[in-house]
Parts: sequence; structure tokens; C-alpha cells
Amino acid sequence: MVNASTRVVITGVGVITPVGADAPTTWQSMLAGHSGVRALTADWAARMPCQIAAPAAAEPTTLIDRVQARKLDRCEMFALIAAREAWADAGKPDVDPAKLGVVVASGIGGISSTLSAYDTLRERGWQRLSPFTVPMLMPNGSAGWISIELGAQAGVHTPVSACASGAEAIGYGIDMIKSGRADIVVAGGTEAAIFELNVAAFAAMRALSLRNDEPERASRPFDKNRDGFVLGEGAGILVLESESHAASRSARVYAVAAGAGYSCDAHHIAQPAPDGAGARAAISRALVNAGVSASQIAHVNAHATSTPAGDVLEARAIAAALGEAAANVVVSSTKSMTGHLLGGAGAVESVAAILALRDRMAPPTINLDDPEDDLGVEIAVKPTELQSHGPEPMAVLNNSFGFGGSNVAIVFTEP
Amino acid sequence: MAMTQAEVLAGLSEIIDEIAGVPADEVTPDKTFVDDLDIDSLSMVEIAVAAQDKFGVEIPDDQLKDLKTVQDVINYIERASVTA
Repeated sequence: MVNASTRVVITGVGVITPVGADAPTTWQSMLAGHSGVRALTADWAARMPCQIAAPAAAEPTTLIDRVQARKLDRCEMFALIAAREAWADAGKPDVDPAKLGVVVASGIGGISSTLSAYDTLRERGWQRLSPFTVPMLMPNGSAGWISIELGAQAGVHTPVSACASGAEAIGYGIDMIKSGRADIVVAGGTEAAIFELNVAAFAAMRALSLRNDEPERASRPFDKNRDGFVLGEGAGILVLESESHAASRSARVYAVAAGAGYSCDAHHIAQPAPDGAGARAAISRALVNAGVSASQIAHVNAHATSTPAGDVLEARAIAAALGEAAANVVVSSTKSMTGHLLGGAGAVESVAAILALRDRMAPPTINLDDPEDDLGVEIAVKPTELQSHGPEPMAVLNNSFGFGGSNVAIVFTEP
Repeated sequence: MAMTQAEVLAGLSEIIDEIAGVPADEVTPDKTFVDDLDIDSLSMVEIAVAAQDKFGVEIPDDQLKDLKTVQDVINYIERASVTA
């Protein structure tokens, strides 16, 4: 039974992204408009039409104990790194283990472990597979490892909804606290998919930017010359906490995780519905769920991936969902800098939205030289101060959409 | 040429350090893998496979479950080397 009066707050954040190995560095890089997109240097890249990606700013093996790293997929290392930062940022709360939950998502899971295990199997036989192969490739491995490290016993969950996974995890975490199952939930998403199969498969969909000669200019959401997304990697983790629990330990509060909205396009397995109705419905439902009016929304961290189909539909969906209040909103796509972290995107971008709310500053959308016409909302091209429009607390929105028709919107408000 | 027990112990210690991160000076013959060295059954499988490669002996699963201490493994490798 969900108790609508229970408020959920954010008391810790952690990320590892293509523009920073922690949240403060990532946020400063975003405000400075740094691109994390690089030329791919792996041998296989020469065989690909797309030869660019946004690798994490630090090699995770340099941040994880060597023996533990043997048992972890790359995406699990990212998740642990971000979770450790978020947990420390929250002050390592003292909490009843039975009331501590973990919800960490991934779009794809341990794909590099799957691929290398298959190579080992073919070349050397089953006896040479690591006994940890299964926990390395399963999508819920990250959540499991974090639960062990923190002793979290309220429940461990992994929603899988492609590029909406990270946002869905946050929504699930909010519900765990509102339902009374948990006092604290460590929630977010992770991805490590810059590998030959994934680049080839997204290239086969014609989804990737082929701007190989200008890597830093390749991710250009809302720009007329965008030609696809850039694959990124990393993780984002938030510490969600009931307001009363946070107050009892005098915790620093970034924002209120006010609510989430969901919808399904039920249209096409990988393309957005042509009228953007699904995105619009998710935003509208998030506002209702959060008890926030459109006029409170000052900023949207958009899903906008730099693909030809999605960006314009999303901008118009934001405008339609917010109505007249859309005129006061500043929209950013931080994917212009980080590339697309797939299952990590919704969590990293929620952290960016929360820090934008804290600083009242929207990060820029870089490479927006020639904006699409009739977007219906202002897109920030430089750091842009957020404006309050009334006595109610300022609010921000994070949108995440995934193949399969998933649309998720999360609303954060000032404490 | 047969290896001495000390040579087997040294080789085994290297494997255990690599896989489980237990320093070589803690790997003494009397130690049990599970209780003393805190090595779980999955890592134990990895150690056994690495030991098979290093010492050229087969350690079937039904034998592995009876190898509780470091000395058990040394003895097993010694016997298997003689019969091989």
C-alpha cells in the first residue's frame, strides 16, 4: 500500500561518466560543455561504419580491488564505483538492513563478459570458463554486488527497459520507500556496452552517428545536422531516503524525488510513436504523481539522444505536456557531452537534473549550431540560470525513453 | 621430475594470491580454504583449474570437494604426479 504522504528525498549521488569519474567532476565538465566523445582505438573499430564512442573518464579496474575485479563485469564495476560515491556522499547512513533496498538497472547487462566467455568456450572449452561467468553476465549482478557490500536486505531489484532502465529503477526505488518496504534505497543504472557486437548492432539499426572525423561534434541533440547517437558508458546511483529517516540523522538533502510517470507507446519495438503521445503521457502522469504543477517545472534534462526521429518529438511532447508553462522551461540534453549511456542514462541524467536544481543552473546542450524549427521549448546552448515562477518550490524533470516503448519521467523538487 | 612439497606449496600460493588475493605467507599447509582463507566454492573451482594447468594433473569435481586444506591439495598433486 503506497502512502502518498511519505516524501522521498535524495541524500547522496554518485556517477562515473565519460566526462568525469565522480559526480562533482562530471557536473563541472557538463557546465563547461566538455565532450567525452573520442575516436575508437580498438582494432575492431576499423571494420565498423561508426568509429566513435564516449568511454568512461576512468578505467574502472583502476578504482576496484584487483581480486574483486576478477569477478565483476565492467558494468558491475561502474555500478559499484558510483554506489560507493553515492553512499559516502549520503554520509554512510546507519539504517536497519531490513529497511535498506537496492534497485540498480542495466539495459544490456554484462555483455563484455558474455562475449569473452563465448570466445573462451569456443577456443578452450567449458572447463576454462570463470565460475563467475553467470553472475558477471546477468543484468541484476550490479544490484546484487551492491546489496552485499551495503548489507541491504529489504529487496534487490533490476528493472530492464532498455534506455529507460535507469529512470525506471529510480521510480521503483521511490515506490519502495512510499510503500514502507524501505527507509533507504540505493537506486540507479549502469552500462558498459562499447564493444564490437553492440556497435555493430546499433550500426545495423542505423542508429549511430557516423561523424567519425569530428568525434566531439557528433552528439548534437536537436540540431538539424544530427545523424544518430554516440554510445557512452558509465553509471549513476542515487541514495533515496524517506524524509523522516533523513531528518532523524540530520542528513543533507539535495532534492525531493517527488514522483514518477510511466507510459508505453505500444507502437513499434524501436521507434517512438509519431505523435509523441507516449512521452507526453509519461510527463503528464509524472506531474500528477508528484503533485507538481507545470508552472513549477523550470528545467528538463531531456532524453534527446541525437537521433533524427526522437529529439523533435520529445521537445514537442514537453511543450504539449506543460502547456503555457513550457515557455518558462529550459531544456538540456547532456547526452550532447556524455553520449548515450543506455541503461545508465536515466540515472546519470537524474543526477544532472538534481544538481541543476541545486545550483539553479541548466547545463548546455553542446553542438546545437542549427536548431530544429518549431521545437516549442527553449534549449540551453550555454549554462542557463533557472527562473522560479511563483511561490511553489522549483521542480525539474528527467525524461528517459527506451526501446520496447518505455517512457519514464521523474520529477524532482527543491527540498 | 617430481616437485617437492615446498615447490608445490609455492606454486599453489601464487595461484591463490592471483585468484583470491590471499598473501602467500598466509597460505600454510594447515589452513582450510573455506574457514581459514575465506575462499568460496566458486573461487575454489577457479583455483583447481589453475592448479591443473600449472601442475599437469586432473582434479575431478568429486575429488575437489574432499580437498579441505592446503596440505590436502599438496598431497593430491603429489600422488597424481606419481601415477601420471
